[in-house]
Amino acid sequence: MTWSHFAHDADLGLRGSGRSKAAAFEEIAMALTAAVTDPDSVAAKVTIGLHCHAPSDEILLVDWLNALIYEMDVRKMLFREFSVSITDDVLHAKVTGEPVNREKHHPAVEVKGATFTALTVDQTEERWVVQCVVDV
Amino acid sequence: MDTSKLEQMDETRWRIPAVGSMRVPATIFADRDLIEDMDDKVQEQICNVCRLPGIVKSALVMPDAHWGYGFPIGGVAAFDAEDGGVVSAGGVGFDISCGVRLIHTGMSRDKIRAVQAKLAHELSRSTPAGVGSTGRIHLDDAEMDDMLKGGAQWAVAEGYGVPDDLEHIEERGCQPDADPAAVSAQARRRQRSEMGTLGSGNHYLEVQYVSEVFDKQIAGAYGLHEGDAVISIHCGSRGLGHQIGTEFLREMVISTEEFGIELPDRELACAPINSALGQRYMGAMRAAVNCALANRQILTDLTRSAFAQFFPDATLKLVYDVSHNICKEETHVINGVSRMLHVHRKGATRALGPGSEHVPSAFKAVGQPVFIGGSMGTSSYVLVGTEAGEELALSSACHGAGRRMSRNQARKRWHGKQVTDELARKGIIVRSPSSRGIAEEAPGAYKDVTSVVDLADRAGLATKVCHLRPMICIKG
Repeated sequence: MTWSHFAHDADLGLRGSGRSKAAAFEEIAMALTAAVTDPDSVAAKVTIGLHCHAPSDEILLVDWLNALIYEMDVRKMLFREFSVSITDDVLHAKVTGEPVNREKHHPAVEVKGATFTALTVDQTEERWVVQCVVDV
Repeated sequence: MDTSKLEQMDETRWRIPAVGSMRVPATIFADRDLIEDMDDKVQEQICNVCRLPGIVKSALVMPDAHWGYGFPIGGVAAFDAEDGGVVSAGGVGFDISCGVRLIHTGMSRDKIRAVQAKLAHELSRSTPAGVGSTGRIHLDDAEMDDMLKGGAQWAVAEGYGVPDDLEHIEERGCQPDADPAAVSAQARRRQRSEMGTLGSGNHYLEVQYVSEVFDKQIAGAYGLHEGDAVISIHCGSRGLGHQIGTEFLREMVISTEEFGIELPDRELACAPINSALGQRYMGAMRAAVNCALANRQILTDLTRSAFAQFFPDATLKLVYDVSHNICKEETHVINGVSRMLHVHRKGATRALGPGSEHVPSAFKAVGQPVFIGGSMGTSSYVLVGTEAGEELALSSACHGAGRRMSRNQARKRWHGKQVTDELARKGIIVRSPSSRGIAEEAPGAYKDVTSVVDLADRAGLATKVCHLRPMICIKG
């Protein structure tokens, strides 16, 4: 598992890591789903496409998470598979999941938005690590 | 919190002197126990707020403060537009106009006890709550514009409530100068199926009873007596407000440089009040305030319908409705001079004292009701604003207990069923679609609301009126 949560007083920190920036963005998306429900409880049934364009990696990360939060809210869906490609300042993604089923998913909390708090997109020699706090 | 850089002013106040680029000092309302329990991040965040352009007098920290994003939760700061002052989307937050309304059932707790389980079931059935829930009202674009302009006044005109409700809502249920044109298509879409929904997390609908009265005269003015059954509704502007917060936070982060504002923290992204962006944000934020007021009004109507099934002759009368995530234009006297200020209250409640023209006429002689919610299963309080609160804190008070444990920690410590069973043994029925959500909101995950309320009382921010205990808790 290359995603995790970190503590924030009222809200929740999300972190993802991977061998590429795109992989780290995929992992933090899984951390977002895990804030709401057990990702293993979500079936991969419906795929949608997402696109983001931002002036920096960090704003691109916020935009990516906010695009997911928006789709989760308006489609009443949860996602568990994420295929991300990033070229320069543009992100393209296909995300797959299913409609929220309250008996099956026991969704704990809705995520309101991604913040700029504890927001980082860092590259070490071998890995990318991305994180931010979301408002729940 | 490390208090080494703080000056203790008295038993309930601490001062952080203005040093370096801080334009004003900060004031923290806390005793030694509360301040030692606060995160150091609160100090860091409020010092950053003190660096923003046009800030007036002092940035304030309420006794329930905790680490937020940009502003601390429980932060209050006022800005003067004529002095280059700013408005900050992060200073209001995503849940614009989240607030609490208190409704009197007109009945005693004993009458509720007689039907408690059936009433809990009916309230949970009729109140859309939790992730994936949708309301029964779907607005087209023109109706959405009317709602965003009219707030609770729109809701009452549509049949969700009675005109007398409006006399007991901040701004008489309609925030003036809302600009629906500043609300994006995405924000509207997020709201399309969320009118009349409670949300999740710390939002709730509770049936409570007045367990103790501290001030009979003021409680009487609010119509509250020991043993009375009341309802508290805590929620906000739902998806529309979340999207407005998201979009303007991003735009302000990107635009800050062009305004020549140096930010100590990106999350404090802001725009001059008198800029086009600042005015557009104010228009959109006020529209979200109206959305929240309409939402709580619709939830009140649903609650009245649920009660009518058990008590057909009951009249559920609104006591008051007040927001605690908001930026309002208000007049305050600063160093003897009356000034129009933009007051940000993020996790802080307006608390007007007696005589204020903005307090409903029925309460003008005593002051504005202030509601401080606890966690499910613990206490809530009704307080009253004070005259002293104006000088102390721009007529502001705290809003809740504040978490002392993260959601992950709470989930590791408790199971939802365990929490529900423990509360049931205390006579409190909890209904939620999510057992995990109940575990994350366990009473032990929150600070002791009583110590926060006692501090607000001792500091003179607001005075204790009543203590409320829950009987039924509907959570998302």
